[in-house]
Amino acid sequence: MMEAVIANRPVELNEEGYFLKPEQWDREIAHAIAEEEEISLTDKHFEVIDYIRDQYDKDVALTIRRIGKSGVVNIKEFYALFPDGPLKKASRIAGIPKPASCI
Amino acid sequence: METLEAPVKKKAKKEKKLRKIMIINSKATIDAAYAALILANGARMEGIASEMFCTFFGLEMITKEKMKHLHVATVGNPGMHIPTMIGGLPGMESFASNMMKKEMEKLDIPEIDEFIEIYQASGGKIFACKLAMDMFHLKEQDLIDDLDGVLTVGDFYNRADEEGAQIIFI
Repeated sequence: MMEAVIANRPVELNEEGYFLKPEQWDREIAHAIAEEEEISLTDKHFEVIDYIRDQYDKDVALTIRRIGKSGVVNIKEFYALFPDGPLKKASRIAGIPKPASCI
Repeated sequence: METLEAPVKKKAKKEKKLRKIMIINSKATIDAAYAALILANGARMEGIASEMFCTFFGLEMITKEKMKHLHVATVGNPGMHIPTMIGGLPGMESFASNMMKKEMEKLDIPEIDEFIEIYQASGGKIFACKLAMDMFHLKEQDLIDDLDGVLTVGDFYNRADEEGAQIIFI
């Protein structure tokens, strides 16, 4: 575990930069992490982020398949919004712990 | 507990050494098809380029009429822990295959056709082996509509000829 400051807010992250306490997250933090990933967040990104956080709150394990069926984005759009590893990137930007998914 | 002075900003981009995964699937069993798809799709999930090459019996997973009826081998498969004589009884393969599919559904693992759609939507490519198609008298229209092409072994190696490419045979 390590402590970091993102968008002037103290947060707790794991070694790979994923949030350990999702309640420390807010939208400005999301923008700051996204910038680091060279993604500029749009409303569509936030729709996905909100969905991911909602699923996390409901204790549902996230998979690409589930996101594709969410009605929020299809899989192609999801890969386009968060290029090079969408599930992991989106989870990091959404401030939830690293997803442990193989599918 | 370590504390970072500066924000996590601009972490140095690590250059990926593994840039492209190429999976050759030569088998028709459920376990081989899923191993191939999970490896190939998993590469896309990590932002790694991914291609799949189906040859020999591996063509069954992309053959329209066969892809929904793949089986696990109940004979000659020590992993099943079924005596060979019992494994050979009629209906045994279907029974074992259905049991396996149920377990996979519980884990949110999609069926083969849906998995292929997910994989291709992620940017993954699927190719068929020309020689094996000729051998099994398969035409392109017998295979999935979104096939990315039919390749010879030479074509396949040419696609692998780039830095950071790895070939995995199943």
